[in-house]
Amino acid sequence: MEAEVREIRDHIGQFPPFESLSEELLDEVAQSVEVAYFKSGSTVQEYGEPIESLRYVRSGAIEVYRHNGELYNRLSEGDILGHTGLMHQRRARFPAKAIEDTLLYMIPAQVFDRLCSADDNFADFVELSGPRLQSTVQQNERENDMMVTRVRRLLGRSPVSIEESASVGEAARRMTESQVSSILLLSASGAEDEKAFVGTDGGHWRLTGILTDQDLRIRVLAAEGTTDTRLADIKHERLVTIQSDEAVYEAMMAMLRNNVHHLPVLHRRRPVGVVHLSDIVRYETHSSLYLVSNIFNQSSVKGLERLMPDVRAAFVRLVEEGATSKMVGQAMSSIGRSLIRRLIELAEAEIGPPPVPYCFMVNGSMARNEQSISTDQDNALIIDDSFIPEEHDAWFADLAKRVSDGLDACGYTYCTGGIMGTNPKWRQPLSVWKRYFDEWISDPDPERLLHSSIFFDLEAVHGEERFVEQLQDQVAAKGQQSPLFLAAMARNALNRTPPLGFFRTFVMEQDGKHNNSINIKRRGTAPLVDVIRVHAIAVGSRAQNSFDRLDDISEAKSLPAGQTDKLRYALEFIAMVRVRHQAYELKHDQKPDNNIEPEKVSDGERHNLKDAFQVLSNAQKFLRFRYPMPSR
Amino acid sequence: MLSSQQKDATTPTWETFFSEQARACRDPALQQFYATDMPDPETPIRDVEMMALDFETTGMDHHRHAIVSIGMVPFTLRTIRPNAGHYWVVRPQRPLDEASIIFHRITHAEVADAPDLNEVLDEVLDALAGRLAVVHFRHIERPFLDTAVVSRRGERCLFPVIDTMALEARQQRHGWLSRLKAFFGGTPVSIRLADSRTRYGLPAYSSHHAKLDALATAELLQAQIATHYSPETPVGDLWS
Repeated sequence: MEAEVREIRDHIGQFPPFESLSEELLDEVAQSVEVAYFKSGSTVQEYGEPIESLRYVRSGAIEVYRHNGELYNRLSEGDILGHTGLMHQRRARFPAKAIEDTLLYMIPAQVFDRLCSADDNFADFVELSGPRLQSTVQQNERENDMMVTRVRRLLGRSPVSIEESASVGEAARRMTESQVSSILLLSASGAEDEKAFVGTDGGHWRLTGILTDQDLRIRVLAAEGTTDTRLADIKHERLVTIQSDEAVYEAMMAMLRNNVHHLPVLHRRRPVGVVHLSDIVRYETHSSLYLVSNIFNQSSVKGLERLMPDVRAAFVRLVEEGATSKMVGQAMSSIGRSLIRRLIELAEAEIGPPPVPYCFMVNGSMARNEQSISTDQDNALIIDDSFIPEEHDAWFADLAKRVSDGLDACGYTYCTGGIMGTNPKWRQPLSVWKRYFDEWISDPDPERLLHSSIFFDLEAVHGEERFVEQLQDQVAAKGQQSPLFLAAMARNALNRTPPLGFFRTFVMEQDGKHNNSINIKRRGTAPLVDVIRVHAIAVGSRAQNSFDRLDDISEAKSLPAGQTDKLRYALEFIAMVRVRHQAYELKHDQKPDNNIEPEKVSDGERHNLKDAFQVLSNAQKFLRFRYPMPSR
Repeated sequence: MLSSQQKDATTPTWETFFSEQARACRDPALQQFYATDMPDPETPIRDVEMMALDFETTGMDHHRHAIVSIGMVPFTLRTIRPNAGHYWVVRPQRPLDEASIIFHRITHAEVADAPDLNEVLDEVLDALAGRLAVVHFRHIERPFLDTAVVSRRGERCLFPVIDTMALEARQQRHGWLSRLKAFFGGTPVSIRLADSRTRYGLPAYSSHHAKLDALATAELLQAQIATHYSPETPVGDLWS
């Protein structure tokens, strides 16, 4: 291969969608490249002009516009232009201009076509928004199997070993010195032995057995052996091992099947460690299931507070193991709800049972089962209509305060908007709540719309679930019959807009301005959830979770074909970027937040995020059209 | 200098030189080379088919040193086509010294197996025929090729070239400001290939290789024309 082809290949191969091409295809692309220089300010392509190649930005920057002249995108090193046009009659779909001196690589249309047919990843990538985002999200889902955590993740130290010709006494001394409960037995072997591995000493060794504390008791002491007994004489006939890339689950199964507590872990033939049953148990204790049961074992707020590091560890682990955003949201929400339940139990144990029936409800993300790790609390009390404020409210105020304080102590900070049961306005009998909901729907104003967007995500945590169900019914029945309310909610859902995308180390806004970071919740997940809520209310859905709501919306066929899937992929992707960012911060001992700096966003993520933002932006535009203000 | 501005009777134009050579040369390849039309000096640069040309040599003196490799990349103002280019390694008649091995990364072994320039010369001339050569620093490629052809075929091989280094010098060294700076002892701006490219936002390439440098030179000329000239500039104003 000639130097210039290598040079081109090395550059192109760093960026999506080329990075995942096979060597052969990448060579073919590099060999086909033609080059052109564009002075800053010069036109790269006009709308509708015939194009014969895919353009790749080698250096410099390009601005791409919509047909109407609106800024569409800003491209820099490694970005591509012209793929949409190539797939639509080979005419440029978006006019483009160099905004810096720019060197472009041009990949001929025939090569582009070949890439599209020969490489699915490439085809997905160049097909705008839907499929690209879709395939990324689906790939993540495929990889999320919780069974895939590898045994090697559990390994701490390198294994301690001894020659099997040594004595039991020597083995016991070495185990004691190294503070291990097992030791691997080795015998010297020849290079031709197919089970041999090369040791650190350069010699050929073979793993022949494992000696454990238990063996010393059963096979030596109880069998009246001495310290001089040769290890080879007492070792187990059969040796059970596991490969380091097997799933933890498999290791657990191997232990159960063979009734052993120690498993030598091999990388091919070389021992790389030993897993003990306790390693697996410890690993399992970080699971959210274990956490939930542990929450109910705590007898004080202090005890609950002490569990918070475990909650954070469970969050990080879920994310690292590739859980979907729905799984993460569900796990975090159920942990949060368990915490509230336990706080209520602890409170009732001190202040006695409630004077009248009530329901403790949560709102916002916890109600939607979409909670993340850094979050504030949104909760309220619905009390039975037999409620007499003068007699009963002191008890409920006390309860609300205890729960709210407890949550704050555990890191669920007080809601700055006062959406908490401690606020008398949100500690009311069911009939008052029904009146609230009725007013919000029939006569929306900005404040009421804000309340709708918080309280119309609602879920019972403790007490009379039927109270919450009645309110959910009310929203489902009344909301869809009120065009004015839907129109107002739709308007309200346009308040927070996504950015256009990224440009180098900046977030690029719709008007082309640059920002240093983006609040992924404010500009991504929250407005998407808002959009989905409006559609969900319009079809009378009683679901709270955004993905469940999308199912209902899809079933009601209230959106053009494919739209609900696009929203689903967009939400999943943005939500995953958010939780991955927070997991990263937790792992690096930073306080998790929602602010994402573009330099931390990978190239692949950038493209997908841009697509997801585009889906959101289009969905917001559609909302205005779908739910117009009725003329009064 | 041979250019469109100097068409007096005593200085031959490239056109007359080419037609005389086509008649005079006995070597078929050279005859063909000279018989292929060169663009008229008045032709706008946008219509000219060019060939970026770069040699790696064993040294700077065409009398004492020899060509080791030849890279060629055809291009126009619109596109550069490395895929239609050429690359040859040839065996110099004089030994390769260590310094140039380090510089070019062409080794003794590669060179030992390579043909003599004579064996690839017909292909070289054929590729170059009808295309205007573009080089960075004309005092290497043209004299080296001429010397090599004279020694092997006994006839001259001369042709007009656009020298991107000379174009860069026009911009960087000939203005009153740079003269003033030079007068006060300022260091002149570097007009080497890599440094010149940087001024136009062109990327740095990682290695020295005749074809890669030819590509780099083609990119530089596109940038220079886009910046300081126009697609309408007559080619006679640019070549020498």
